Amino acid sequence: MDPTTTLPVLLMAAWLVPLASFVLIVLFGKYMGPRGIGAGYLSVLAIVTSAVFSLIAMFGVWLPNHDFPTAHEPEHGDEAVASATVEHSDANEHHAADEHDTAHHANNDHPDYYAGDWYSLGEFGDLKLTIGYYIDSLTVAMFCMVSVIASCVHIYALGYMHDELHEPYVDHEVTLSSGEHLRRKGRFYRFFQYLSLFCFSMFGIVIAGNVAMVFVFWELVGICSYFLIGFYIERHSASTAANKAFIVNRVGDFGMLIGMMALWASVGTFAFGDMKNDAGEVEQGLFSLLRPEENEYHLAPPAGMIAEQERMIEGDPNSAPGEAASAAGDEKRNTQGQWLLFIAGVGIFCGCVGKSAQFPLHVWLPDAMEGPTPVSALVHSATMVAAGVYLVGRFYPCFSPEALLVIAYIGCVTLFVAATIAITATDIKRVLAYSTVSQLGYMMLSLGLGGWVAGMFHLITHAFFKGLLFMCSGSVIHAVHTNDMTFMGGLRKKMPITAYTMLIGCLAIIGAGFPLSSYGLSGYYSKDAIIEQAWSFASVNPQHAILKWAPVGGAFITAFYMFRLWYLTFAGKPRDEHRYDHAHESPRVMTGPLVVLAFFALGIGWPIFHVNDLLEQGRPVGTLASTQGELLTGLTIPSEHDSHVPIIKTPAGIAAFSTAAAGVLLASIIYLWRLLNPDELKESFKPLWAFLWNKWYFDELYDYLFVKPTLFISNCASWFDRNIIDSILHTAAAICKACSKVVDALFDQTVVDGTVNTFASGTWNLGLWLRKLQTGNLRQYVMFIVIGTVALFVTISIVQAYFIPTS
Amino acid sequence: MFNLPLANMLTEPVGVAHYVTVGAILFICGALCMATKRNALGVLMGVELVLNGANLNFVAFGSQYLRNDANSLGLDGQLMALFVIVLAAAEAAVALAIALNFYNNHDSIDVDRADQLRG
Repeated sequence: MDPTTTLPVLLMAAWLVPLASFVLIVLFGKYMGPRGIGAGYLSVLAIVTSAVFSLIAMFGVWLPNHDFPTAHEPEHGDEAVASATVEHSDANEHHAADEHDTAHHANNDHPDYYAGDWYSLGEFGDLKLTIGYYIDSLTVAMFCMVSVIASCVHIYALGYMHDELHEPYVDHEVTLSSGEHLRRKGRFYRFFQYLSLFCFSMFGIVIAGNVAMVFVFWELVGICSYFLIGFYIERHSASTAANKAFIVNRVGDFGMLIGMMALWASVGTFAFGDMKNDAGEVEQGLFSLLRPEENEYHLAPPAGMIAEQERMIEGDPNSAPGEAASAAGDEKRNTQGQWLLFIAGVGIFCGCVGKSAQFPLHVWLPDAMEGPTPVSALVHSATMVAAGVYLVGRFYPCFSPEALLVIAYIGCVTLFVAATIAITATDIKRVLAYSTVSQLGYMMLSLGLGGWVAGMFHLITHAFFKGLLFMCSGSVIHAVHTNDMTFMGGLRKKMPITAYTMLIGCLAIIGAGFPLSSYGLSGYYSKDAIIEQAWSFASVNPQHAILKWAPVGGAFITAFYMFRLWYLTFAGKPRDEHRYDHAHESPRVMTGPLVVLAFFALGIGWPIFHVNDLLEQGRPVGTLASTQGELLTGLTIPSEHDSHVPIIKTPAGIAAFSTAAAGVLLASIIYLWRLLNPDELKESFKPLWAFLWNKWYFDELYDYLFVKPTLFISNCASWFDRNIIDSILHTAAAICKACSKVVDALFDQTVVDGTVNTFASGTWNLGLWLRKLQTGNLRQYVMFIVIGTVALFVTISIVQAYFIPTS
Repeated sequence: MFNLPLANMLTEPVGVAHYVTVGAILFICGALCMATKRNALGVLMGVELVLNGANLNFVAFGSQYLRNDANSLGLDGQLMALFVIVLAAAEAAVALAIALNFYNNHDSIDVDRADQLRG
C-alpha cells in the first residue's frame, strides 16, 4: 500500500470515528438503550475502531514501507559523507573515518514524513489556517498508543461507571442542606460522550500539521478535561478542581500564544513540514525554515526572525536589517534572532508546562483526581498531560539550546518536587498523580538534555504503566469505596488480579530490570535511557551536575513511594475490617483491561517490539548533532548517541538500579517488615513531613501570591465601583433629573409649548377671520375677481417698468 | 403737453388696438353688469358680455390680416372663440337650470339672497 495516500486516510478515519460517536451520543445518547447504556457501547466501538485503524496504519502501512535506521552503516546517508568531504576538504586522511562519524552525528537523515492539508479554513494575507496533517513515525506510534490505552480505559469505564446506570444515582459525597444525599439522574451516556470528544481532540493534536491546529485541539482537550474533571459537578471539590485545571492551563496557554505570535511574526508559517501548494511549488514549513538544508540542518534563525529582533531592539521599523547587520560586530551577529528563537521556544514550552503540569503550574493535576478514575487514567497516561510532552517532542527542531536548558531545569525541578510530595500523600490517586507529574518531569528533562528518543520512549512506556496503575487504583476504590490508603491493607487476598497487575505497574514505573543487561520491564529501558542521557549531558557540561543527580535521586523516591503505595494497599493486615469484608475483586470488564495493560507495561519496552527504533525513525532532522549554545556559549547539548557509550551507560545503569533498589528496600523496611514505625518517623521528621504533606505549600503560596492579591484588588475595584463610580453616576443622574425639571418648567412649558400654542391659536383666529371673506354673495365675488385682475395687471406693470431691466 | 394715450387711435388705421379697446369696453360693461344686477338673468347676460369681450380679443389676435404670419392657417383665434361660444351656451343652460331651481326654493331669482355658501 502506498503510504502517501493510505496513511492520511487511515489516520483521519481513526481520528474522526470518536467524533462521530460524540455527535451521535450528543443527539441520541439518552435514548440508547436503558438509561443510555448503549452510548457506552457505541463509544467503546468507536475507540476500538480507531485502534484498529491505527494498528493497520502501523503494521500494514508504516512498518512495511519504512526500514528501521541502522546506525553507522556505510549507505546511511551518502549525502552526509559528501558534505563531510566538502566541509573538511583539508582534513587529514587518517581522520577520514572519524570525520564520517562526526558528519553522521552532525546531521541525521531527514525523517520520512507525509504532510498535507485536508481543508483550508481561510487565508489572511500570508497566514494560512488549515486542517492539515503531519505524519511521521512518532504520529503513528502516538496514534497506536493513545487508541490502545483509550480502548482499555473505555472498556474499563463500562464497569467502573456502572453506578451511573442506577436510577436515581445517589451521590454519597454530596450532602444537601436537608441532610440527605444528593439524588440525581445517572449520567452514563454523558460520560462516554465526553470521553469520545476527548479522544478525538487528542488524536487531533497528534495528527495536526501546523501549530494553529495544535492549538485548537489543545484547547479542545482542555475543555474536555474541564468537563470530565468536573463530572461530579455537584461536589464542590470537583467543580473547583475543574476550574483550577482550566485556569492554570490558561496561564500556560498565554505563554504558548506569545510563542506562536513570535513564530508567526518572524517566520510567517505555522505548518510543520514542507508541502506542495496548488501550484505544485514546495512551501517550506517551520522545520525546514528553521533548520535550512544549506546550513546542514543546524538551527539557524531565519532572516525574518533576525529582522524582527532588530526591529524590536532598534524600535525603528524602517531600518533595513542588512544595514544593522553589517554595522554590528561578529559577536552580535551570532546572537541575531537567537533571543526571538528563545522566546518562541520558551513560549511554546509554556503551553506544555500548563498541559503537562510542570513546575510551577503542576498544582492542578493532583486536584484533577476529583474526576472519575477512568478519566484520571486517560488524562494521566495517553491524552491531556501527554500532549505537552508530545508537543515538545514534535516542536523539538525549533528549540534553541538555551530553551532546551530551560526545559531541562523545569523538568528537573518538577520531577524532584512532585516525587517528594508523593511520599506523604495518603490518597491513592494523588500519589499516582504526583507520580505522573514527576514522570513527566523525567520526560521533559530528557528532552531538554537532547534525549529525544529517550523522552518520547518514556512517554510511551509510561502511558501504559501509568494507565495500568490508575485503573488498578480505580479497581481498589471500586472495592473499598475510599481513596484513603489508611483504610486499606491486605487487599491482595481479596483482589489478586488487581494486586498483581498493580505490582507489575509499580515494578515498571521504578524501572526494574537486571542492570547492565537488556532484560527488564518497560520502564527499565526508558528510564535508564533518560538517566544515561543526563549523565552524558553532565559529562560535557560539568556546571550542570545537578541535572545528573536529580533523576537518580528521583528514581530512589519513585521506588519508595510506589512500593509504599503497594504495601499500604495490598500487603499487611487490613486496617479497616468493615471495608475489607466488603471488598471484592472487580468484574471482568474491569480486570480484562488491567491484564492487557499489564502485558504492555511488562513488555512494550522490549527490543523485540522495536519502539525505540520506531522513534529513532522519527527523530527530527538535525537534532542528533551535538550543539553549542549561542547565547550561553558554554552550553553543549550532546548527541543522543553519545549516551550509549559504555563509560556512561555502565555507571548510569548501576546508579539507576541501586537507587531504585534502595527505594524499594526502604519502603519494605518501613511498610512491609515494620522495622521502623512510620508514625514515629513522621513524628521525628515532623517539620519535613508537614512541609511535604502540605505539598511544599504551593497552593498556599499561590493563594498568597495570586489569589489573595487578585481578590484584594478586585475587592478594591468593587468598592471603588460601588462607592465612587456608582455615587458619581447617581449624583450625575440626580443633577440631570433636577436640571431637566427646571428646563421643563422654564423652557419647555413656556417657550416651546407657548410657541406651539400661539401658532395654533393664531392659525385658528386667522381661519375665523378668513371665513368672513366667504360671504356667499355672488356680486361681491365678481368685484373681487375684477379688483384682483386689475391689481394683478397693475402690479405686473409696475414690476416690469421699474424692477426688470430692459435689455 | 398733456398726451392722451388713446387719442391717436382715431387717426391710425384699424389695428389690433382698436379691437382690443372694444373688447375691453365690452368686458367692463359685462363686469359692471355682473356686479350691479341683482336679477340672476341679468348676471347671466353680464357673463355673456364678458365672454364676448374675450372672444373679440381672441379673434383680433388670431386674425390673419392683423398678424402677418404666413406659417399658420390663422384660424386658432377663431377656434378659441368657437369653443368659448359653445362653453357659454352650455354654461347658460346650466345656469338657467340653477336659476329655476333657486326660484323654486326662494320664489325669487335675486342673487343677493343666495348666500347659503357663506363661511
